[in-house]
Amino acid sequence: MTTALQTRLAETRAAGRAALIGYLPAGFPDPDSSVRIIRAMVEGGCDVVEVGLPYSDPMMDGPTIQRAADTALAAGTTPADVLRVVRATADTGAAALVMSYWNPIERYGADRFAADLAAAGGSGVITPDLLPEEAGEWTAATDAHGLDRIFLVAPSSTDERLRLTTAASGGFVYAASLMGVTGTREQVAGTAEKLVLRTREAIGGTGLPVCVGLGISTGAQAAEVAGYADGVIVGAGFCKRVLDAPDLDAACAAVRSFAEELAEGIRSAEKADPR
Amino acid sequence: MTTASDRPEAAPAQPDALGHFGRYGGRFAPEALVAALDEVAEAWEKARADAAFQQELADLLRDYTGRPSPLTEARNFAEHAGGARILLKREDLNHTGSHKINNVLGQALLTKRMGKTRVIAETGAGQHGVATATACALLGLECVIYMGEEDTRRQALNVARMRMLGAEVVPVTIGSRTLKDAINEAFRDWVANVDRTHYLFGTVAGPHPFPALVRDLHFVVGAEAREQVLQRTGRLPDAVAACVGGGSNAMAIFAAFIPDADVALYGFEAGGDGAETGRTAASITAGSPGVFHGARTYVLQDEHGQTLPSHSISAGLDYPAVGPEHAHLADTGRARYEPVTDAEAMEAFRLLCRTEGIIPAIESAHALAGARRLGERLGPDAVILVNLSGRGDKDVDTAAAYFGLVDEEGQA
Repeated sequence: MTTALQTRLAETRAAGRAALIGYLPAGFPDPDSSVRIIRAMVEGGCDVVEVGLPYSDPMMDGPTIQRAADTALAAGTTPADVLRVVRATADTGAAALVMSYWNPIERYGADRFAADLAAAGGSGVITPDLLPEEAGEWTAATDAHGLDRIFLVAPSSTDERLRLTTAASGGFVYAASLMGVTGTREQVAGTAEKLVLRTREAIGGTGLPVCVGLGISTGAQAAEVAGYADGVIVGAGFCKRVLDAPDLDAACAAVRSFAEELAEGIRSAEKADPR
Repeated sequence: MTTASDRPEAAPAQPDALGHFGRYGGRFAPEALVAALDEVAEAWEKARADAAFQQELADLLRDYTGRPSPLTEARNFAEHAGGARILLKREDLNHTGSHKINNVLGQALLTKRMGKTRVIAETGAGQHGVATATACALLGLECVIYMGEEDTRRQALNVARMRMLGAEVVPVTIGSRTLKDAINEAFRDWVANVDRTHYLFGTVAGPHPFPALVRDLHFVVGAEAREQVLQRTGRLPDAVAACVGGGSNAMAIFAAFIPDADVALYGFEAGGDGAETGRTAASITAGSPGVFHGARTYVLQDEHGQTLPSHSISAGLDYPAVGPEHAHLADTGRARYEPVTDAEAMEAFRLLCRTEGIIPAIESAHALAGARRLGERLGPDAVILVNLSGRGDKDVDTAAAYFGLVDEEGQA
């Protein structure tokens, strides 16, 4: 079974470019507004949108995404709202993913969450604090409902763990560009390209895409990463533009033009390794 | 009669290779930290089998901490506890004033063994932070302590102590600004600085190997106490009582008794206003199984899996989860967990001060309140061992305000 995510990543690869993957917490700054902002992200050029499930203890997130998640929780965002935002995202034509820490999914019920997400048109889930070793129930649930399981690899991952994690992943593998939390950085980490190469080595011949996130927040950085990765993941940069905007219209405009800048960067990239 | 020599040298049962105690524990952590967690687990495996490391640690525990800590019979307090014999394991007399130093010295030595030069830690009441700052001063390690801004206000004296010892104290201004947020922030620091930094985790929670590592480093508490009770009374205690927040002092005194099936183990959780009121920190009593801070365990959480704010008069117990081995002991019935309210704890606090001349930490006062309850239940023939895990110097302001011993400006 092919997910919308797999189809979209095959299309961008065929077009000779990396995919642009944007992140926004559902419910930020409130559920209806987050749908409008995501539409602007897609209009600006996002191929894939990660809809964040806001969580009270986001251990892997820096201050910008923490603030965004806190705002969403204060607005009363629930998993049901997240699924509604996923539906609206999928309706734009972009591939829709959920990014969630594990506890809210476990609490909802892993199988029930997978079923409801698939019914809402979602393609898969990124789980930043779930390791393949603990993912038995999740593997069964996502297999049963045809969802992609997206695990993370990091510069500190051993070759053995790269093989374990990529074998457990579907859709793409999320390569964390650096040792650290989410947030904008001055430069793309020097660790990113090497990790992508090591991850491809671990993947072998399956062609599973490798997308890079953490610290990418300009068109130039997106261009640099697009030179070696299958996808460029941007989160804090979008959240920051919403936080800085005086109102929703301004937020949508800022987000759209930021997505355009990133998409333009990606199109300008010279592929070091056309695949 | 059971004596110490009847029994092979006891060592605590280890979790499975992935760190599970039954269905609890494990590792729910970012991939970026797996290598560091594996490094800690491997370093500890080697260190615990290394006689030179064990000797260095034993020397520090004896000459620096002051171990073994004494066992004090609380005869006057016992009159308020159904007449049962109450034996206090005096961890309050350790250097830095609580059991926390046992774990800290072990992990600080481990830090040096791993070739790391920087230590980070979280603290709630400040006891773990002070102990960590102390060990870092002794062993020449850079030290950064994360503490919720709310707690830096509640425990200003301990902030000053840590700074005097050379530690940097970072107030955490996000989330609920308490212990759980300090832990989140310490993990964020660790992932960014893991090459030269060890996260000196302070309780038996967190991802594997921390629950087993911290418990092992505290095993000495229960091992000593078991020996001391046998010598003093000629038998094992009927019950062992400890307070439970994250649960390090409780695992410290429980672990050596787990194989003794006739010894009842009681963990007294911080009930706050009452476990049924919602203003509580009693995670096992009022919470449900979930994943929090890297492990599957009991968590105070809402219907959507969001962590609920905890409440306790004791900053050291004010934590919305509990170590995974406690969750396992609770489910299997080997240990029982009951809530003690703020009011019950403060009454026990007052009683110990007045009847024994010992000012306990408010954390430990929860265990004392629990011991009174057990004494009433078990009667005058019972022997009850209580972990007096810390001293109350740090709590003088809170207690003075609670009992109205000072006016609103804090004046006598």
